[in-house]
Amino acid sequence: MITVEHLSKRYGDHPAVDDVSFTCTPGTVTGFLGPNGAGKSTTMRMICGLTPPTAGAATIDGQPYRRLGNPGRRIGVLLDASAQHAGRTGREVLTLAALTMGVDRRRVGESLDRVGLNGTAARRRVKAYSLGMRQRLGLACALLGDPGILILDEPANGLDPEGIYWMRGLLRDFADRGGTVLLSSHLLREVEAVADRLVVIGRGRIVAQGDKAELLAASGTVVRALDPAALEAALARAGLPGTPTTDGGVVVQTGAEAIGRVAAEAGLVLLELRPAGSGGLEQMFLTLTAGDSVQEAVR
Amino acid sequence: MTAVQTTPIAAPGAAPGAPVRRTGIPLARLTRIELRKLADTRSGLWLLIVIGLAAAGTTAIMLAASPDAEQTFAGLLSFGLLPASVLLPVLGILSMTSEWSQRTALTTFTLTPTRGRVVAAKLVAAVLIAVATTVAAAALCAVGNLIAIGTGGDGSWRLGPGLAGQLLVNQVVFVLMGSAFGALLMNSPLAIVLYFAIPTAWSVLGEMVRWLRTAAGWVDINLTSVPLSEPGMTGGQWARFAVAALVWVVLPLILGTVRVLRREVS
Repeated sequence: MITVEHLSKRYGDHPAVDDVSFTCTPGTVTGFLGPNGAGKSTTMRMICGLTPPTAGAATIDGQPYRRLGNPGRRIGVLLDASAQHAGRTGREVLTLAALTMGVDRRRVGESLDRVGLNGTAARRRVKAYSLGMRQRLGLACALLGDPGILILDEPANGLDPEGIYWMRGLLRDFADRGGTVLLSSHLLREVEAVADRLVVIGRGRIVAQGDKAELLAASGTVVRALDPAALEAALARAGLPGTPTTDGGVVVQTGAEAIGRVAAEAGLVLLELRPAGSGGLEQMFLTLTAGDSVQEAVR
Repeated sequence: MTAVQTTPIAAPGAAPGAPVRRTGIPLARLTRIELRKLADTRSGLWLLIVIGLAAAGTTAIMLAASPDAEQTFAGLLSFGLLPASVLLPVLGILSMTSEWSQRTALTTFTLTPTRGRVVAAKLVAAVLIAVATTVAAAALCAVGNLIAIGTGGDGSWRLGPGLAGQLLVNQVVFVLMGSAFGALLMNSPLAIVLYFAIPTAWSVLGEMVRWLRTAAGWVDINLTSVPLSEPGMTGGQWARFAVAALVWVVLPLILGTVRVLRREVS
């Protein structure tokens, strides 16, 4: 169980993470979505006690990360697959982790097998690893202590399609056995395939969160009226319940014509009536990404 | 690269619910890991090999070139430990800085959130490697001395009062100074350059500027550590060396530890 409460981080005037709250419960995969630079990694580092938050707190099974005596046995973390000593072999990286956690060193070999790194790869230095191999090594490291929780930052980066498919299976299986997974990505499609819940972040703030099915179903038609309350009442009378959006509009799971008729009968002034597009979530996500692409380019 | 999943994953979350041990990871275990990390990369391993080769080299030079009367155990040992006293601190520096330059701090501090304990383990490991190096050099010099006896050298085994301890202190203090510089500067090239440059620059200044000379007698670590390699160091000399060590080892170590504890890991 991961609990994040009102987590904020400011760098000078720049709010990298702004009042972020969510929970990840056992048996679920939570997809943490956002464009690059939205604050995903900073949030994850704060959860793991690597970055001190400006405000708010995060706990693992009710305890701050830094208070976990031997965290590797309870929570597997992969924040950056490239953050390994280039001169160590893959096996040595895992052996050091195993020694630290106090797990049997025989598990190093099992772990390497599990992520598909063979003996030859394990004897090579990390310097010679592709990004995909580093991700596999990082995943092996995260799984080594047999934890109940996984926190993975962009683990699919650098993996080939087969590897991505394999990882999805592994995470799904992990969650189905009662594990908790928090998985970040900047690609909606990538997370959509495995996540049960989604937390979408943009410019440091959470813009949407909830069950994946609910969020993805929020396509339909967007309608906005001068008098939102009257519109809501009219839609309810017509048996067309809608979900309000953040900017005062309503998303209704029906066509524009049906909504237009309801509005006309009720004599309402409409300000907006348009399809939410194939996947309102993707729309929202693209808007976020477009806004940040310039920032990202200059980083 | 094949994607396989041969071993089924044990049920995750089997452990949660059990009370968390607040004790954390024992220092002895962390020290063993830090010792291993000193030698499990090419740079670390080669540094150790070079220290060993250099010690053997100095012994060989002494046996071949120095006058027979100077071929004693004490002479061989003081000279044989010279390369180590220069190179071991680099190992201490790298132990601290590589966590940041190679970005392994991310893994290290994720697995061991009590950063102070990691720093302590690194210091203990550095001291242990300094002691081990001194013992190994002593063994090597003993062999050298036996050869000296065979080839007509003096071959005296007398070490003089306190010399063994002084040589050991010398190694330990300088390796800790390296660790302190590494912890404070967190950057391998910068720490190595400044480790050698600043005390030397200070020595040069102390020589040149008259009013600095008195201060240098207490604060210059190069100057105050010279008596350590000669038998029979006096109380006054110890005091001067202690003051210099306070400035060059303890102070940067405190500042460096605070920096490691506070720095954001990314």
